[in-house]
Amino acid sequence: MKITFEWLKDHLKTNLKEKNLLDQLTNIGLEVESVGNLSAENDLFKIAKIIKAEKHPNADRLKICDVDVGEKNLKKVVCGATNAKAGLITIYAPPGAIIPKTKTKLVEAKIRGVTSNGMLCSESELNLSDESDGITELSKKYEKSIGKRYFSKPKSNLIDLSITPNRPDCLGVRGIARDLAASGFGKLKNLKEKKLRSKKKQTLRIRIIREKIQGCNAFGSCLITNVKNTESPQWLKEKLISIGQKPISAIVDVTNFVMFDINRPLHAYDADKIDKSIIVRNSRSGEEFTALDNKNYKLESGMCVISDHKGVLGLGGIIGGTRSGTEFNTKNILLESAYFEPRSIRNTAKKLNLDTDAKFRFERGIDPLSIEEGLNKAALLIRDICGGEISKIDIQKIESYKNNTIKFDINLFEKVSGIKISKREMIKILEELGFKVKKSRNNFELTIPSWRPDISQEVDIVEELIRISGYEKIKTINPIKERTKSTLTQPQKLFHFLQRSIASKGYLEAITWSFTDSNYNDHFKGSNKEVKIINPISSELGVLRSSIFSNLIMYLNKNLDRGFKDLSIFEIGPIFIGSNPGEQNTVLCGLASGKKSRLSWIDQERNLDVFDIKRDVVQTLVEAGYNSEKFYIDNEVPDYYHPGKSGRLFLNEEKEKVAAFFGEIHPNILKKIDIKTESLLGFEIFVDNLNLPKKTLNNQKKKFIVSDYQKSERDFAFIVDKNLSSQDLIKTISSIDKNLISNIRIFDVYEGDNIPRDKKSIAINVTIRSNEKTLNEADLENINKLIIKTVENRTGAKIRS
Amino acid sequence: MSDLKKLKEEFLLRLKERLDLSEINQIKSDLFGKNGLISLQFKKIGSIDETERKKFASNLNVIKDELQELIDSKINEIQNAEINKKLDKEKIDITLPERSFVRGKIHPVSQTIDEISSIFSEIGYSVEEGPDVENEYNNFTALNTPDNHPARDMHDTFYLDEKKQKLLRTHTSPVQIRTMLKDKPPFKIIAPGRTYRSDSDQTHAPMFHQVEGLHIDKNINMGHLKGCLNYFIKEFFEVDKIKMRFRPSHFPFTEPSAEVDIGYEMKDGKIVIGEGDKWLEILGCGMVHPNVLKNVKVDPKKFQGYAFGIGIDRLAMLKYGINDLRAFFDCDYRWLNHFGFDPLDVPTNYRGLSR
Repeated sequence: MKITFEWLKDHLKTNLKEKNLLDQLTNIGLEVESVGNLSAENDLFKIAKIIKAEKHPNADRLKICDVDVGEKNLKKVVCGATNAKAGLITIYAPPGAIIPKTKTKLVEAKIRGVTSNGMLCSESELNLSDESDGITELSKKYEKSIGKRYFSKPKSNLIDLSITPNRPDCLGVRGIARDLAASGFGKLKNLKEKKLRSKKKQTLRIRIIREKIQGCNAFGSCLITNVKNTESPQWLKEKLISIGQKPISAIVDVTNFVMFDINRPLHAYDADKIDKSIIVRNSRSGEEFTALDNKNYKLESGMCVISDHKGVLGLGGIIGGTRSGTEFNTKNILLESAYFEPRSIRNTAKKLNLDTDAKFRFERGIDPLSIEEGLNKAALLIRDICGGEISKIDIQKIESYKNNTIKFDINLFEKVSGIKISKREMIKILEELGFKVKKSRNNFELTIPSWRPDISQEVDIVEELIRISGYEKIKTINPIKERTKSTLTQPQKLFHFLQRSIASKGYLEAITWSFTDSNYNDHFKGSNKEVKIINPISSELGVLRSSIFSNLIMYLNKNLDRGFKDLSIFEIGPIFIGSNPGEQNTVLCGLASGKKSRLSWIDQERNLDVFDIKRDVVQTLVEAGYNSEKFYIDNEVPDYYHPGKSGRLFLNEEKEKVAAFFGEIHPNILKKIDIKTESLLGFEIFVDNLNLPKKTLNNQKKKFIVSDYQKSERDFAFIVDKNLSSQDLIKTISSIDKNLISNIRIFDVYEGDNIPRDKKSIAINVTIRSNEKTLNEADLENINKLIIKTVENRTGAKIRS
Repeated sequence: MSDLKKLKEEFLLRLKERLDLSEINQIKSDLFGKNGLISLQFKKIGSIDETERKKFASNLNVIKDELQELIDSKINEIQNAEINKKLDKEKIDITLPERSFVRGKIHPVSQTIDEISSIFSEIGYSVEEGPDVENEYNNFTALNTPDNHPARDMHDTFYLDEKKQKLLRTHTSPVQIRTMLKDKPPFKIIAPGRTYRSDSDQTHAPMFHQVEGLHIDKNINMGHLKGCLNYFIKEFFEVDKIKMRFRPSHFPFTEPSAEVDIGYEMKDGKIVIGEGDKWLEILGCGMVHPNVLKNVKVDPKKFQGYAFGIGIDRLAMLKYGINDLRAFFDCDYRWLNHFGFDPLDVPTNYRGLSR
């Protein structure tokens, strides 16, 4: 909502300064978004007279004009307007001026070889009217003002307010003035409007059809006959221009003025274009009309339309139609002032994607009791400017408005705000805001003003009182530093731990969109179904991510393109497996790329491999409190991993929920997304699948058992089937006697010469130690034999001699 | 001079010469070997007259110790010299670079969330979460924003179905609803998380982060709200004083509602929080609307309290001097490296939020 202090003063008596005004507006909840200074910009536009106009030597349609702008020398201006001729008084803009319509700054320019010293402006370029045919023609009376500024100096700045949707009354200057007055900023002026007196009947029949759902419940109107529509007088034009509106014609300008002044949208019809009578009804599916924005709208059924016998004239409370629009030659007008239901307005406007000043106001709620006031004010203004005769006001209603009342317990104020104000103060504020107050000991019986649809309960009254008396009065109560509940739950702690654990292994944390490009997502969605966004901001962000890889890989690629190598990044966040709330999982996903020890003077460089990424995954899980000896790994992985060089990790052999996938990203994907790196490894840890350890870390620590008896180490080399996993071998050995055998390490894996083709050799180092005694040679020998026998029996391995 | 003395003199003399290790070892065996001169003397002890024996033995031991010690120290000396000589050769250019290392970093938004959690933890808040995909009811209707409410226009919502029943939450406020439906009052929670609006330009990202706060109890009023936020802002920006302004605003789910501005000024192109005469809007808050409480079966006659919503990314930008919101999600390696935090820098109240 745009206002000026000058306009406010029509309604508000105050001696305070604009600076105070701006502070006060914000203090009472009418936030000042910006304060514009139009005057400096408009200073530059001068009244000027064309002294000579000649044809441009290099262009048939252009003229070179010598223009008197009140300076010693005439200005040479190139102009394309057909009406540019010697003697014309018009408006001149020098280089540096900003053209209001296009917001472009003029510069001195050569046009077809001739330097133009500024520009002669059309009305449309100055936002004075839609007239773009030719330059502005000013009357002879401007002759004596040549060289003077055209726009009168605005008396105050343009103030742009951000009015919250609950305050339709402040979409009119008077509503803002009322709020200010209640807060002690000046006094609200009592408008002594002339009352319209007429003996003429309103002869155009208006009928509101009683539909099941009727978006219009009151329709007020009057006829004004024998008008002469014209340009608005200067005061009215200036008023509208001062808030950035474009004057059009007296009739339209008056309706706009009334709307901005008292928040009462009106509509003026050319009465002669209405066929027989006005019918307010619901639209029928397929009906069409051309609106004043020159667009054709096809209506669905059930929209509230104003129609005549021929068809739709306009969408009530949203936009009128061209068929019945007023023009400069309009003789008789019908002025409409109606009440439209916010819900109906919103539904219709949404369906047709229409936004107008009237719609904006009606959907928030217009004062239902302002119908007559609006007609009265507008009709009189039109008669003043355009002449004519005004009929009586006719109001058709299908519902009568009754002011709502509310019982307010005055103690609630202190209960909610924490401070006290006197009963007298409360009454003063409420009365100035327009409430009628009937007081008893602890209660007010309040009649809510008709322009405040936002107020329906007691707490709304608390807000009014605290808002007007000032939020700064609220006392600060410092919080007490005490905690009765732990801040984070166990899963939340795990989330934070994993996040920092993986970062500590050299991964940079990224945060990427929860949505992604379906082309990328397709590579990584595995068996998850695609979740589409109905209205994405772009097709590249059209689906919710089924995996974090899609975004990570895209961004990793961008970084590689920037010339960086050996990057590791990760993200911890949601992936989506369905479109219902809760159908999402938290995943810790990482990518590592390139080489280890690239360009090292000391170490051999090598590509990262799957055992690098496996270490990161396993170490992270171990650090988070999981026992790696229980981990179970196989190679059933989604198809975006390398089928051979990848794994699936479970926390234990029960294989309930997948804890993680890790491995090389499938080479085909690298090819498709054209990513250039020596290696690309990825992992996904499914945070929600990590059952919390039964014992907290705290509990695990309680028992401390170590053996001080001597340990001994034994080496074994087994020839096993190529397909046997080392995991099976280790688990077989460790299962023999957990009290004696620990720390089983594989120190060599060999295939090739001296070994059958379908076999491999695995060399293992085993630590043997008892908690009860130092084992003697015989004990050790027994265990040795047991290990060999068990491994051979269970896995078909043969000890290598 | 006795034989012993002679022996001693002779060998002391020999040991004074420059000797290498093998020569010393030769001397050692000459003296102490199986048939070494000293060893032979010891063998003699038995045959010596009883009266002389004790004296002889004592003298012999002294000489033996003296020679032995001298030989050992000589050997030590030579060995040291040899090691030193060897080490001398092993000298390297220690200014050559160490083995390469990589540093991981925590994203500033994650760090900021941890900072916020730490601050609210001190005054008894616990952390709640909710899903990113919400139903229309939790995101709007339950929050007193019925269909056709103009406030819905301010939330450019991403929808997941044509009926507009499922959406990406436009704020963290639905976590209020979930929390209150799940438990019984009192409530004292914060809920950080991702939020979404279909809005994308220099200052808006289609995804951003908010933290919701909710405190419902028997007598929680606007003074508590002011105190809580005042405490939070001071702690977060790690300043002693903060200029803060509450001004009336409107959110359908709070009544009265307020927006909070903090004072700032620009010094050398950098923003300084807590001073100056410019105002910066940083959050919205208010007393939870009785309709919201009714919707979650909390009796507004018995319980009341406040809620607030803060833009996390915005806070991070202000605190850490980040200019461009979009960069948060652009994943530029250089940016992550520059603005990221060491994973060991966990914000805690005893160590402080930041270094």
